[in-house]
Amino acid sequence: MLTPGTELEPKTYRATRLDLVKYCGASGDFNVIHWNQRIAKSVGLPDVIAHGMYTMAQAGRYVTDLAGGDPGAVEEFGVRFSSMVVVPDDDEGATIEVTGTVAEVRDDGRAVIDVVARQNGTKVLSRARAIIRVS
Amino acid sequence: MALNPEYVGRTFEPSAPYEVTRVKIAEFATAIGETSPLCFDREAAEKAGYRDVIAPPTFAIVISSSGAANVIRDKGLGLDYSMVVHGEQRFEHARPLHAGDVVVTQTTIEVIKPIGKHTSLTTRTEIRTTGGEHICTALNTLVERGE
Repeated sequence: MLTPGTELEPKTYRATRLDLVKYCGASGDFNVIHWNQRIAKSVGLPDVIAHGMYTMAQAGRYVTDLAGGDPGAVEEFGVRFSSMVVVPDDDEGATIEVTGTVAEVRDDGRAVIDVVARQNGTKVLSRARAIIRVS
Repeated sequence: MALNPEYVGRTFEPSAPYEVTRVKIAEFATAIGETSPLCFDREAAEKAGYRDVIAPPTFAIVISSSGAANVIRDKGLGLDYSMVVHGEQRFEHARPLHAGDVVVTQTTIEVIKPIGKHTSLTTRTEIRTTGGEHICTALNTLVERGE
């Protein structure tokens, strides 16, 4: 049962280089900055960075879980990409921490969830909001 | 401003039809780490009231961005794609996409505006079945970095 104002339990999600390569293939977005360290650095990035949409997808898993594990219950979902997720070349990769707050519970069985995602304390998704069907 | 402001309000030709398949949904769900059986198991999806396996909500980007490719590449718009970062993304679903959907997209340029030395471009892409049923509206904001 969701109650307005409730701060939801944070969850962490991982982004490794392999995850990004898989996401390139699945999404069709093969931008080199998501898999090639040499080129990423040559265009001024600190390292390979995750697709913004990969990070949004992790926040999408978070709100899907809140909707009882039904991805179809996530009716609206919007985010602002406020910073890059840097993915180092190691086995750990990047850790994305997602938190949420219940902004509103509506009479029609829908809840509005405000979501924030961070890497090492820096917001990577801000102004993120989902409308989910909870009943 | 690097982008042609006359493009605001322009609606582009619909895309070629895109067929949503079980294999593609499973591949996308696996890539993002989504484990819901509703994305993988047709019986589980049917039990939950869906016609077939359903896509995670952000799967719509696969369809909307391929549909919007002709907009991004339009010479007259003047977008330098090598300078582009993703600013904002939003999906409004009338229902989830499911395997068996055959959809077309149509993109409209909603906003072109300067943000300091950068320029933002917001597009609205409507995803409908070939039968005309509206499934999803995708709002995408790209930021072209200025020098």
